[in-house]
Amino acid sequence: MKPFDEMIKTGGQVRPPYEQLQCWLDTQNPERFAQKARDAENVFRKTGITFAVYGDEEAAERLIPFDIIPRIITGNEWRRLSQGIEQRVMALNAFLDDIYHRQEIIRAGRIPRELFTHNDAYLPEMVGFRPPGNVYTHIIGVDIVRTEENQFYVLEDNARTPSGVSYMLENRETMMQLFPELFQQIKVRPVETYPKLLRQSLAAVAPPGCNGTPTIAVLTPGIYNSAYFEHAFLADQMGVELVEGSDLKIENGKVVMRTTEGNRAIDVLYRRVDDSYLDPLTFRRDSTLGVAGIMDVYRSGNITIANAPGTGIADDKALYSYMPEIVEFYTGRKAILENVPTHRCSEPDTLKYVLENLADLVVKEVHGSGGYGMLVGPAATKKEREDFALKLKANPKNYIAQPTLALSTTPIMTEKGLAPRHVDLRPFVLVSDRIRITPGGLTRVALKEGSLVVNSSQGGGTKDTWVLDD
Amino acid sequence: MLLGRTANGLYWMFRYIERAENMARLIDAGLRMALTKTSDAPEEWSSVLMSAGVKIGYDAKYSEYNASLVSDFLLRDLGNPSSVMSCIETARFNARMVRTALTREAWESVNETWMILKSTLATATPETDLPRVLDQIKRETAIIRGAFHGTMLRNEIFNFARIGTFIERADNTARILDVKYYVLLPSISYVGTTLDNFQWESILRSVSAHRSYRWVYDVEYNPVNIADYLILNSRMPRSLNFCYSNIVDNLRFLANDYGKRHECHDMSESIMTRLENNEIRTIFDNGLHEFLSDLIYQTNGLGSKIAEAYNFD
Repeated sequence: MKPFDEMIKTGGQVRPPYEQLQCWLDTQNPERFAQKARDAENVFRKTGITFAVYGDEEAAERLIPFDIIPRIITGNEWRRLSQGIEQRVMALNAFLDDIYHRQEIIRAGRIPRELFTHNDAYLPEMVGFRPPGNVYTHIIGVDIVRTEENQFYVLEDNARTPSGVSYMLENRETMMQLFPELFQQIKVRPVETYPKLLRQSLAAVAPPGCNGTPTIAVLTPGIYNSAYFEHAFLADQMGVELVEGSDLKIENGKVVMRTTEGNRAIDVLYRRVDDSYLDPLTFRRDSTLGVAGIMDVYRSGNITIANAPGTGIADDKALYSYMPEIVEFYTGRKAILENVPTHRCSEPDTLKYVLENLADLVVKEVHGSGGYGMLVGPAATKKEREDFALKLKANPKNYIAQPTLALSTTPIMTEKGLAPRHVDLRPFVLVSDRIRITPGGLTRVALKEGSLVVNSSQGGGTKDTWVLDD
Repeated sequence: MLLGRTANGLYWMFRYIERAENMARLIDAGLRMALTKTSDAPEEWSSVLMSAGVKIGYDAKYSEYNASLVSDFLLRDLGNPSSVMSCIETARFNARMVRTALTREAWESVNETWMILKSTLATATPETDLPRVLDQIKRETAIIRGAFHGTMLRNEIFNFARIGTFIERADNTARILDVKYYVLLPSISYVGTTLDNFQWESILRSVSAHRSYRWVYDVEYNPVNIADYLILNSRMPRSLNFCYSNIVDNLRFLANDYGKRHECHDMSESIMTRLENNEIRTIFDNGLHEFLSDLIYQTNGLGSKIAEAYNFD
């Protein structure tokens, strides 16, 4: 069956949100257009918008391919999506607060206790501690896929350190440079305010003892990290310092950074360092990326860490299958955005079903990410499925299975003209005194024909994403 | 207020950009000398290596001096931390680290220079191609300087970058003079011989001053004037006087900005006084070599004091 295409209906008619774009495309000279695509690549290379691929010496810095055909969402579609997202992130924060305190949801028998007892993402250090403003996950990326005109699913939640927002911003910047006339013809909701909103949002959750304007800093693992460009970009756009662990220490119960005018206290730390590296005194002792003692400062209320340590438990794939229950439990209403139906292989009957239907399912590791360690049943060979079945039987708890979704497609520019490719969407959400959602988000696109894997580490690209101001 | 690490990154980023440019100029001057039949080419290349401060590293690797080996070592040998390619790599590494302190234009100019030179210097440059490559290096570093001057706010970021540039340049000019100081001494030189003229021109050429010299002094080269030009002249942009007056100015801006003076302020001002209240004759009388080697030593010490004062040691 042909997947839903967001631009062209079966029968060849252009869907309304893309009509104006189509008119404009019709007036474009193909050669000039191809030149624009090359210009875009040069812009990215020149500005150094690159990501590092671990273990790849030759291409230490690579570009994420950028496609110049925008992906378009109507104002109405977006309103529904953003309501669903807002409901979901409220539930995620309420859930985090609950499981680190009274654990009502477990007592109510809605989710099993075992989900936490043997899960490294659940941090005992956070039990009984309430972060400033009662916010746990401040910056969230909710991965959404579409299968039909009105059918959206949440594929996963990224509640610890979602990345990609800099690509969202640079993609828009690049499109505006390449095709200014297009933005005059079509009203697109702006995304450029994200850094300002991020700064406001972080300032709003400063520790209660902080007087005046809070000092904010972005903590990066350093220039060899794959997302370093993004860390520098965000710090720059927010006008705050970009710090490394070696710049920081604890002085008089505060986290301070070493500056040209002596040590300065930090009130809010937007950290892009994983939990386990954050504090060698509490977590991994060999870590040089964090700050020794920061957890003590945190627990005594003298710094805000965003996102809070221990939020990773909320985006664990084993937990994902319980999200409809979680949303309902904390918001009292049915989830607006649906989950992809998920089979927990830990349950014997389900395991049996999954093994019998491997050819139709996608099987994922519970803790995996980045598209590694998964089986896409329909695309796998018989041998691959058999090998995977053995792994699955050996450790069923480690896997979940989902039906293969017919992800929607949007056109990309290829050498032979426009051609449909599968896409997903990662909107970015900020939570503090209120919830702020940037219209659109990052569209990731599988550049290989027929491929469903959109991850940049697996050959995916990105597109500018437009929410129409209609 | 800047992170100490950021001040450090800016300082070294600009030291290395300056160094890359100076390397290109030194090779250029060396090429000229080697073309002069009257000179001893291997001897000239050896003194180029000495001026570049990398002779020990070179001698550990090669046993002869010629244009292609020396220029390759100075241009693209990554084992040589002062080769043009090493300098550009280090400068870009630092630029990446301090990216939030640079304007988009300033960062892009460094990144583009890195991309262009990486491809230009990927393979050995044939001798016939050297002039073109050297020109390219000088042009690229000039573009970085232009982007920086044209777009950067004149604040502490600018000051740390400028201090890096002028510490490096002062060191470089002093070293070029010191390696060749003997050809400037009246007692040894055969004033007016062709060889002398070439030697003198070479010194001026290595600081791109062979034309501007004539605008300031006589048409004829004269060793005392050359020394005066490179040491005491306050308008020659690579003279020690000029370098130090910039170091002093930028340190003063920092002191005003931060409301605090450090040991490095006194130290730089006292060196400046020595350069302002001095006659070139006196310097010759007291020993040119002694004067220069002391200045190299002091400049080095000043660099450490600055790092200490601003928390990037």
